[in-house]
Amino acid sequence: MELQIIHNNFDRQLEQIETVERKTNTKLYCFHCGDECPDNIIHLDEKIFCCNGCKTVFEILSGSNLCNYYSIDQNPGITRKHHIKRNYDFLNDADLKLKLIDFTDGKLTQITFDIPQMHCSSCIWILENLYKLNAGIITSKVNFLQKKVFISFKDDKTSLKEIVELLDSIGYEPQLNLDDRKEEKTKGGYRNLYYKIGIAGFCFGNIMLLSFPEYLSIDVSGHDELKRIFAYLNIILSLPVFFYSANDYFISAWKGLKKKIINIDVPLALGISVLFLRSIIEIIFMHGAGYLDSLSGLVFFLLIGKLFQNKTYETLNFERNYKSYFPIAVTIQKEKNETTIPVEKLKTGDRLIIRNNELIPADSILIKGNAHVDYGFVTGESIPVNKTNGEMIYAGGKQIGSAIEVETIKDVSQSYLTQLWNNKAFTKEHEQESRITSFANTVSKYFTAVVLLLAVISALIWHNNTTLAFNAFTAVLIVACPCALALSTPFALGNTLRIFGKNKFYLKNTFIIEKLAAVNSIVFDKTGTITENNNSSVEFIGKELNDYEKVLVKSAVRNSTHPLSTAIFNFIDSTFIKNIDLYDEQPGKGIHAVINGSEIKLGSKNFVSDYRQQPDEELSTKVFLAINGEAKGYFNSTNKYRSGLGETISELERNYELALLSGDNEGEKEKLRNFFGTDNELHFRQSPQDKLDFILKLQKNRQNVLMIGDGLNDAGALKQSDVGISISDNTNNFSPACDGILDSKSFYLLKDFINFSITSKKIIFSSFILSLFYNLFGLGFAFQGTLSPLIAAILMPISSISAVVFTTVLTNVIAKRRGLI
Amino acid sequence: MSVIVVLIGASLLVATGFLIAYLWAVKNGQYDDKFTPSVRILFEDEKKSENINKKSENRNKKTEIRNQ
Repeated sequence: MELQIIHNNFDRQLEQIETVERKTNTKLYCFHCGDECPDNIIHLDEKIFCCNGCKTVFEILSGSNLCNYYSIDQNPGITRKHHIKRNYDFLNDADLKLKLIDFTDGKLTQITFDIPQMHCSSCIWILENLYKLNAGIITSKVNFLQKKVFISFKDDKTSLKEIVELLDSIGYEPQLNLDDRKEEKTKGGYRNLYYKIGIAGFCFGNIMLLSFPEYLSIDVSGHDELKRIFAYLNIILSLPVFFYSANDYFISAWKGLKKKIINIDVPLALGISVLFLRSIIEIIFMHGAGYLDSLSGLVFFLLIGKLFQNKTYETLNFERNYKSYFPIAVTIQKEKNETTIPVEKLKTGDRLIIRNNELIPADSILIKGNAHVDYGFVTGESIPVNKTNGEMIYAGGKQIGSAIEVETIKDVSQSYLTQLWNNKAFTKEHEQESRITSFANTVSKYFTAVVLLLAVISALIWHNNTTLAFNAFTAVLIVACPCALALSTPFALGNTLRIFGKNKFYLKNTFIIEKLAAVNSIVFDKTGTITENNNSSVEFIGKELNDYEKVLVKSAVRNSTHPLSTAIFNFIDSTFIKNIDLYDEQPGKGIHAVINGSEIKLGSKNFVSDYRQQPDEELSTKVFLAINGEAKGYFNSTNKYRSGLGETISELERNYELALLSGDNEGEKEKLRNFFGTDNELHFRQSPQDKLDFILKLQKNRQNVLMIGDGLNDAGALKQSDVGISISDNTNNFSPACDGILDSKSFYLLKDFINFSITSKKIIFSSFILSLFYNLFGLGFAFQGTLSPLIAAILMPISSISAVVFTTVLTNVIAKRRGLI
Repeated sequence: MSVIVVLIGASLLVATGFLIAYLWAVKNGQYDDKFTPSVRILFEDEKKSENINKKSENRNKKTEIRNQ
């Protein structure tokens, strides 16, 4: 304990030294969030903060003696610069509350919050010490990997609203939505697998121990009863393995047969049952030893394979739809009073108040205010669109700037964007039918038929000796059990999944890899997918600016937070003047500034030149410039394409049919032709529904489609496609329902991922060939009816283990050679 | 010879004990989160005894809730 205190003191001293050092470096960092501090620093207790928000959090924490928060990790806080205070009154709505919480008995309530901001051990510490900040909270427990915190509180001392406000006030604003609640069920499935493995392992070990006399051919002729006891003990031990641990295989085989599909579980279930029945018969009626060790070992290895395959990315959510992106409550105006209601109760004709950074939940008409809508998450385009009174605003956009008033004209689920989810691609029936079957299931169809045929033939050979016929028949079924195939698939694919994960490509499950290998057509979205978000390249077209003019422009745009201003600020390479005489920014129009007597106007054509003209959307990325009334030209901002796009496309072009679907206009068609060549389809002005239909059209032509998109407007296409991959700059952020999430930094590896999927499929195939040799070897004994338990006990683990080793080693070696690990 | 039977019975009993311990651990949620406890264990306990009492009280309550 003492050591710890010394250690802490030392840490604090070190921190002080560091702050001093940082001061001398003239760059100052916020004590709370570690961000670089702007010009106006806030001081408190010799600590510096970048904004009042960070300072407030520090005050809250230090007021409750929770400064330990700052000593566990350096600058653990979440910056409050962009924080917007929200109104949580809607959390008093009883219906809504019931949907959010896990359990309540009127006195005590339990709830699980998603907190994506959680990022370090300080976060865990503070979230588990919430009871010090609010006496009503009894416990709070963090699951860091899932970024969840489980809180139980007393209803008479605090309320849900207070807790959410508390979390928000210290920077951990919970993600409240009604959609994620369902996923909890999968946890039970996980635990079941652990139970099954535990029991199978236990029984396997003990059965092996009791079978040792058999392995070593120890002569126990004098003690027949001991042999019998061992055999019966084995039967008892194998019962839980057969009836509990292995039951998934029987259920799955039965389900498959009912649908007239022979999946890999059919021959497995057959093999397991024959092993069990023959062992029982042998032990009870023939005083033999049985193959129960092989049986339990097989089940144990199969379950381990399942566990290995079930690697999931707990923080990622592949099932999100618009509900998890939309707010759960909205502010409406009713008879001049503002109230918050759950978004589900929103009706057409309601008047909504949309504040800065709030989302428009349903298609509406603008009534009042300056609408400045950012459709970033919908289309990937981050430059806001301006709307004037009476204009229609589609759902999904975010208002930037002052509050606006809108009237809804459609229900939330019937809006332009959200009606996509009424499409049949999103219904349950669709999910089950997949046109691509896994390799194991394809093979097992023929495999099962051949094995049954061989078993019958072997029985016929010995038809005049019933015992031998029975022995041969069952032995063939036992030996031919495709355990190596059933094991090589999960290990090869599970390993590939991990290799992809290391390269920031996260897949929902291993079957996606096999689907990816079968793809022959690739469709790209444009904005946000092949172009970079928040990063555009700027060029100036017009008379070249002299150095002083550059300084003027840079100083003017420095004061604006509009994405285009930021882009221009970064583009101009000069110094800037801090003090400017006049600055006026009109949202949606432009900037008017006076610096040292020079008048600068930057913005839309109308704003700059008073030249009346119908607003033209295609010009929205052009910023015109006039200095002292003289038109100088315009800044043209074009989207920057992702690095490696050219190579990726030209490589993929050789083997795949490519297409591009863009919601934008044809503005960049020529540029895109350079990438995509002349024979690939490029489609512009595509609605979300058009994108979905395009994928359907390809699939009707027997194409297996890979769709790569990012925004909510791609959600339909991602769902309809055989493999839907969503690109994201930050995997913690929202991404629509998809099969995989690709970090945008790994975009250039796309072709490698697809190639590696094909490789892992080949590895499975070769491992299957390898296992066939074991099967043939075993069949030699089986045909003669001389398969002894010992040979079975050796053959089965060897073939299983060699399949596992072969696939994992080979995938790792190839991945290393290709630079993936 | 009967000694072997007794020995095997005893060893199976012990092994079953461990199996039950494992199953209990799974049921208790110890395999649900394989990361957070490794961080949590490094946090300092606070010296104030009332806090410790509070914590154990909380724990009891939590099990009560679970049982319900």
